[in-house]
Amino acid sequence: MSNVPSDLKYTKSHEWVRDNGDGTVTVGVTDHAQELLGDLVFVETPEAGTNLAAEESCAVVESVKAASDVYAPLAGEVVEGNELLADAPETVNNDAYGDGWLFKLRPENADDLNGLMDADAYNKLLEEEA
Amino acid sequence: MANRTALYDKHLEAGARMVDFAGWEMPIHYGSQIEEHHTVREAAGMFDVSHMVVVDLRGAGVRDYLRHLLANDIAKLRTPGKALYSCMLNERGGVIDDLITYYLADDFYRVVVNAATRDKDLAWMRRQAEGFDLSLTERDELSMIAVQGPRAREIVCTLLEDGDRTAAENLGVFVGQQLGELFIARTGYTGEDGFEIMLPNADAPGFWDALAAAGVKPIGLGARDTLRLEAGMNLYGTDMDEGISPLEAGLAWTVAWEPAERDFIGRQALEQQKAGGVKQKFVGLVLEGKGVLRSHQKIIVEGVGEGEVTSGTFSPTLGVAIAMGRVPVGTDARCEVEIRNKRLPARIVKPPFVRNGKACIEL
Repeated sequence: MSNVPSDLKYTKSHEWVRDNGDGTVTVGVTDHAQELLGDLVFVETPEAGTNLAAEESCAVVESVKAASDVYAPLAGEVVEGNELLADAPETVNNDAYGDGWLFKLRPENADDLNGLMDADAYNKLLEEEA
Repeated sequence: MANRTALYDKHLEAGARMVDFAGWEMPIHYGSQIEEHHTVREAAGMFDVSHMVVVDLRGAGVRDYLRHLLANDIAKLRTPGKALYSCMLNERGGVIDDLITYYLADDFYRVVVNAATRDKDLAWMRRQAEGFDLSLTERDELSMIAVQGPRAREIVCTLLEDGDRTAAENLGVFVGQQLGELFIARTGYTGEDGFEIMLPNADAPGFWDALAAAGVKPIGLGARDTLRLEAGMNLYGTDMDEGISPLEAGLAWTVAWEPAERDFIGRQALEQQKAGGVKQKFVGLVLEGKGVLRSHQKIIVEGVGEGEVTSGTFSPTLGVAIAMGRVPVGTDARCEVEIRNKRLPARIVKPPFVRNGKACIEL
């Protein structure tokens, strides 16, 4: 069973979003997503300063099997990409909600966070997809 | 409803993630594809390849039939048990499938073809058999387990009875032999030493368990693909198909031109292609920098033309992205590959990338 922390928000495309409380959010892919992808061998994160529209493709995670796009959960400006992942993409497999974060974003509109799924809703989505 | 091999329950027991492969429910990995890859390079792993199709050909006309059917010449096989890799071509010189033929007796050969091409292969083989004295029997009651890696042969041999053990230990490269209920061949698809073992379906789960108890780890189709690609071995349907000739797929070495009077299917088309000059060559690629090469990515050779990646992956052994693909014949040592609208530099190399656990290319 996948790990779905209760303090995070989620998207249908299996990103997680953490409210950092300082006007920024941290984004990654969920434990379920990393498990489906298998061993990651390459991660490309967006550069700081990039402006993203909601649901815009903005990062790539590649396993030995396949490449998958990661989408911006909210509109906003990228504050930081996780540079650790360039040399250690497997961090996403090992610590999807921690050191395996992909990028930090300053949302255009903080209220947009409320439009995302909570853990219960995401768990329900996973059950439906199973 | 997908087909299941005799080892289906064993895969579930081992925690496999199952996927559909050519109508079969097969294990893609048992946890970590990369760990499985390293296991085969460093120790021993086992693959369920029971979905592959074993066809026995018997009769006085088998030899003549196979010399007509296949682009390689089975007349090269002089000692019983010896195997030969070949393409089976259509009249246009395109590859219907690639396969292995074992010479077992003058009137008995065994052929192993791909699961994904089963129906068209058998239809073609039956059609071409008209006029030859032979019978063609699918051996669906046999399972096949490939045991591969530097420790594979040693471990398999510990499971055999004394007489069979000696025979298996002495089995030459690309030779198979029936030992009791097991047909053991020193062949594989990983670039490592090892065996491919055919045995009755009813015996397969027990043999699998015995291998596991002896320390052999189960390996999924995912690692099978990265291992074969590192080994520079073509995958049918990806690296070649009915629209591609062996001369364009790096398989010219499998076409037996001599003797000139042997009239195999596709010969005329290949001779025409050769006379007109083959326009593309099949090469290995190593990506410089970060990223992953994948099939269908465009290859750009400045001032020469364009090509295409046919199979690509991240090489777990080498730690870089590698690929095989077709490029214009004038291509030299360098090219670029288009990945998500960016052009990344790559080096052209001659496969294999890895053999017997060691890198064959400079990094």
